[in-house]
Amino acid sequence: MAISWKMPKWFFQLGSPRWFYDISSKLLPIFAVAAALLLLVGVVWGLAFAPQDYQQGNSFRIIYIHVPAAILAQSCYMLMAVAGAINLIWKMKVADMVAKSCAPLGASIAVLALATGAIWGKPTWGTWWVWDARLTAMLILLFLYVGVYSLHHAIENEVNAGKAGAVLSLVGLVNIPIIKYSVEWWNTLHQSSTFKVTERPAMPAEMWIPLLIMVVGFYCFFAVSLMLRTRAEILEREKRSGWVRDLVEAD
Amino acid sequence: MYFDSFADFIAMGGHGLYVWLCYGIAACVLSFNILSPLLKKRHFFNEQTRRLRRERRMAEQEQGTP
Repeated sequence: MAISWKMPKWFFQLGSPRWFYDISSKLLPIFAVAAALLLLVGVVWGLAFAPQDYQQGNSFRIIYIHVPAAILAQSCYMLMAVAGAINLIWKMKVADMVAKSCAPLGASIAVLALATGAIWGKPTWGTWWVWDARLTAMLILLFLYVGVYSLHHAIENEVNAGKAGAVLSLVGLVNIPIIKYSVEWWNTLHQSSTFKVTERPAMPAEMWIPLLIMVVGFYCFFAVSLMLRTRAEILEREKRSGWVRDLVEAD
Repeated sequence: MYFDSFADFIAMGGHGLYVWLCYGIAACVLSFNILSPLLKKRHFFNEQTRRLRRERRMAEQEQGTP
């Protein structure tokens, strides 16, 4: 006997651009306030109150930007691939717009992670860049973002552009575990992860609590920026529909 | 406060340039990602309002000249 299982109704509501536009206008202020508060607390705590590292001195404070950026760059990629897959399977417009919005956002965050890593590398390792496994995998992540972004913008037809972008982001997903385990598989210069699910962080609480705050703050920022980009994309694609026209009239 | 003075805080034990450069780049990247979609939205509304006005004017002109 075949078991038929249907996706719940809210899942398909997510596919409605108008529904997404309405719900995101309610969520935006919440995430914006949360992001601003968390980032402010995290930056002040990390820069002025956390103790310095006994080996790296104060340059270790770069961790409060570098680690959240690197984590976010990878999460954003996974979201882009999942949204791309949803678009391929259920042809959901909003998923395609989310995937398209992830590409430039993720690329800029990947640049931030690489740049802060290079600046941190100079006083710590004595060099801006080495062809180390972790760094190279992260650079490939940036190239994948650039590739997905280019596909979305190079193909005139939105549906085909979305499909091509989704396929590339799904293929590139293989890079994510490589980034994660690169510090364990290869003998690298890069230090291993600060946060692990199974163990306590190998640094005192006054160092890792602000880091955790920054990570959560970066995620809230990501939610805000992604919603803003997706909303701009929705308006552009739905400009002929009645509800967008009403919005313009009301403006 | 971990530092003794404000000058110490800026100097970051000799690593000031690296630390502040990182935080500066982060501020630029984050604000770019918030401002760019907001500007895009503003631009969209301005453009659509102009288009709507133009369409309405053309409709009126058509009605005025039988």
